[in-house]
Amino acid sequence: MSLLEVQDLAVSFVTRNGTNTAVDGISFGVELGKITAIIGESGSGKSVACYSLLGLVPMPPGRIDGGRALFEGRDLLQLGESELRKIRGRDIAMIFQDPMTCLNPYMTIGKQLMEPLLYHHKVTGEVARARALELLEEVGIRDPESTIDNFPHQFSGGMRQRVMIAMALINEPKLLIADEPTTALDVTIQAQILKLIAELQHKRDIGVIFISHDLAVVADIADQIVVMKQGKIVETGNREGIFHNAQHPYTKKLLAAIPTDSKQARPGTVEPLIRVQNLCTWFEQGKGKEPVKAVNNVSFDINRGEVLGLVGESGSGKSTIGRSILRLVHVTSGQVMFDGTDVTALHGGELKHMRRRMQMIFQDPFASLNPRMTVYDTLAEPLLLHGIEDRKSVAQGVLKLMDDVGLARAFVRKYPHEFSGGQRQRIAIGRALATRPEFIVADEPVSALDVTIQAQILDLMQQLGREYGLTMLFVSHDLAVVRHLADRILVLYKGEVVEQGTGTELFESPQQAYTQRLLQSIPGRSLHA
Amino acid sequence: MTTQTISDIAQAEQGTSLWKDAWLRLRKNHLAVFGLVLLVLFVIIAVLTPWIAPYSYQAQNLELGASPPSAAHWLGTDIFGRDLMTQIMYGGRISLAVGFVATAVALLIGVTWGAVAGYVGGRADAVMMRLVDILYALPFMIFIVLLTVVFGRNMLLLFLAIGAVEWLTMARIMRGQVQSLRQQEFVEAAISLGLSPATLIRRHLVPNALGPIIVYTTLTIPNVMLLEAFLSFLGLGIQPPQTSWGLLISYGAETMEEFPWLLIFPGVALTLTLFSLNFLGDGLRDALDVRGAKD
Repeated sequence: MSLLEVQDLAVSFVTRNGTNTAVDGISFGVELGKITAIIGESGSGKSVACYSLLGLVPMPPGRIDGGRALFEGRDLLQLGESELRKIRGRDIAMIFQDPMTCLNPYMTIGKQLMEPLLYHHKVTGEVARARALELLEEVGIRDPESTIDNFPHQFSGGMRQRVMIAMALINEPKLLIADEPTTALDVTIQAQILKLIAELQHKRDIGVIFISHDLAVVADIADQIVVMKQGKIVETGNREGIFHNAQHPYTKKLLAAIPTDSKQARPGTVEPLIRVQNLCTWFEQGKGKEPVKAVNNVSFDINRGEVLGLVGESGSGKSTIGRSILRLVHVTSGQVMFDGTDVTALHGGELKHMRRRMQMIFQDPFASLNPRMTVYDTLAEPLLLHGIEDRKSVAQGVLKLMDDVGLARAFVRKYPHEFSGGQRQRIAIGRALATRPEFIVADEPVSALDVTIQAQILDLMQQLGREYGLTMLFVSHDLAVVRHLADRILVLYKGEVVEQGTGTELFESPQQAYTQRLLQSIPGRSLHA
Repeated sequence: MTTQTISDIAQAEQGTSLWKDAWLRLRKNHLAVFGLVLLVLFVIIAVLTPWIAPYSYQAQNLELGASPPSAAHWLGTDIFGRDLMTQIMYGGRISLAVGFVATAVALLIGVTWGAVAGYVGGRADAVMMRLVDILYALPFMIFIVLLTVVFGRNMLLLFLAIGAVEWLTMARIMRGQVQSLRQQEFVEAAISLGLSPATLIRRHLVPNALGPIIVYTTLTIPNVMLLEAFLSFLGLGIQPPQTSWGLLISYGAETMEEFPWLLIFPGVALTLTLFSLNFLGDGLRDALDVRGAKD
């Protein structure tokens, strides 16, 4: 018998503008000792479905329209708040995406860990503390005795997620719901957390629901996969079935969106457009403290027309390199030669002129657009500033840009909040292209987007790169994406270059231990092995 | 060029400014429009007062004394037999002028100062904000007394003095707003486009910081009007025979028990103005927040 049996669950949200159906009659089961992955894009209803089981969907505006959710024979949807509270955290526990916002910053992790134990089981403080230590050990926190009384900010992102997992497991739940638990983490940390979840699940023989937008992430751990789109389940199957014999076109689209190929190295001229020499960007920490050496003595060339990939974990300095080239941060020492001119020495009008030739595409399309400017204003600004169009022709220039990046012309008067993430990134790309730059720094341009949208934006960037003859520095933590797009790849670790080469070279014969570790962390490797 | 393209261009060209959009949204907010209409009405009356006031400003009828509202004097007369409606109209000229001018001064200095300090940061920010702290610490009364001693008593000085005190809070609010906005990627994007700092502040930072500024402005105007009354009451501001709403109210309060209308009518005038300002301020804040757009 299944641990959890969801039947015809339907949830909708009643707003002023009408009723939105978020979950539209879905059925799935979770078994003890198995991991069920629910895959879907943002807005597909995957999280709402699981939250509604625990009564965590705010009502109103939320409303459960029907269905049953049998957990050990009891219908969760019929239980009152006080009964649900007993189940939440004891029989069913949750892990969330962002471990920082889910931990109370003013409480030591030990106290937070012991809380559910003290609440549900009424044990003594000593017993609870012993249990907490045991669990921290189990989730791989080094030296729990000395760290249990630390506060959340003293842990790294990966360690915080481990603490969250320990907290979820402390009451020995039978079902664990993990909502995108690795999305906010680096690739190498993600691989560790995935491994940990799979191990714990196996050891404790519990059921797990793993919610994710990324098929590749669950490729190595899921037993059952449920693919959702617009509130409906489009396909259910075991791992083999989904990955090797997908039936529904949407599942196939999701699979196709996982970039797997290496870009063919581009033959042609080797004429460096950009030469970075001994670049150091250090951030002062105040008197008497060592500066943070975000970028330390880095040298590389980017050839004209080339896409150079820059990979590394967070804190490796990869974004800082891009920002240093564009003079968005203060360079401590070293040179950035752009077409023969040292960018780090420019001022005033010369700098403004140079800025026209190099642009940036940012990671978060929600923060990189001025919320009070329409698409028209955003795109017209660079055109007018650099005299590319005059007052009369600017509207035409804006529409041309919108056509180029694939935005419908009817959207010209809309504000950023009226667009989806992918559309916003298109606006941001349009803004970057408006000045007709020769060089673009793309700082994780797709990591905030859904997988299928990622593929679209990457295609767009490749196509525009060719049309506009762009040279590009593509910064990303996602090796698969970089491999797909870049001619050459630079691997960065703690502010220094550890290895460089073409995609094929790096993927097939990585020389450095760090590169090897990075490659092994790519989710979904088993698919292509 | 096809007709389709031409109509697209026409559509793209017409009205894409934040202010135009805000005005369209404001028009749909009935309370805000009501507030705006009332304020405009008050301003028109204030401007036209010398021509439309029922009595001359100096006219007094000592035999009549304080009389309740009647056909000859709609809002009654004060203890010197002066027509209260005339007094309120003339008082409104001063109160509205002080309110609007001093607030405009505060707004201009405060927003610029705060935006520059927040944007430039570092040492400049430290110096600029310490200056604000020092001015904060200076007792307001001493400041005004000093000014009047040095420059003599005049209206313009009063405006400036009040404005010079009120801008401090404005600058602090603005600086905080700009500091948090400055971290956002769209500001970096604007820098990498090559925008000059002045343009960047004007086009990208100020519009995004307007919400709290507008709310604080609508709170400042009535504040300033009451401040003027307080100064006048101490003999540092407006002197009789000139008058203002604040003065009328404070005199009215003294004789509240015998002649309540002397307090009630100026009070109503001030209250209506404050209500209108609040409605308009709320409406403006919503109208300028593009995310709150319901259409």
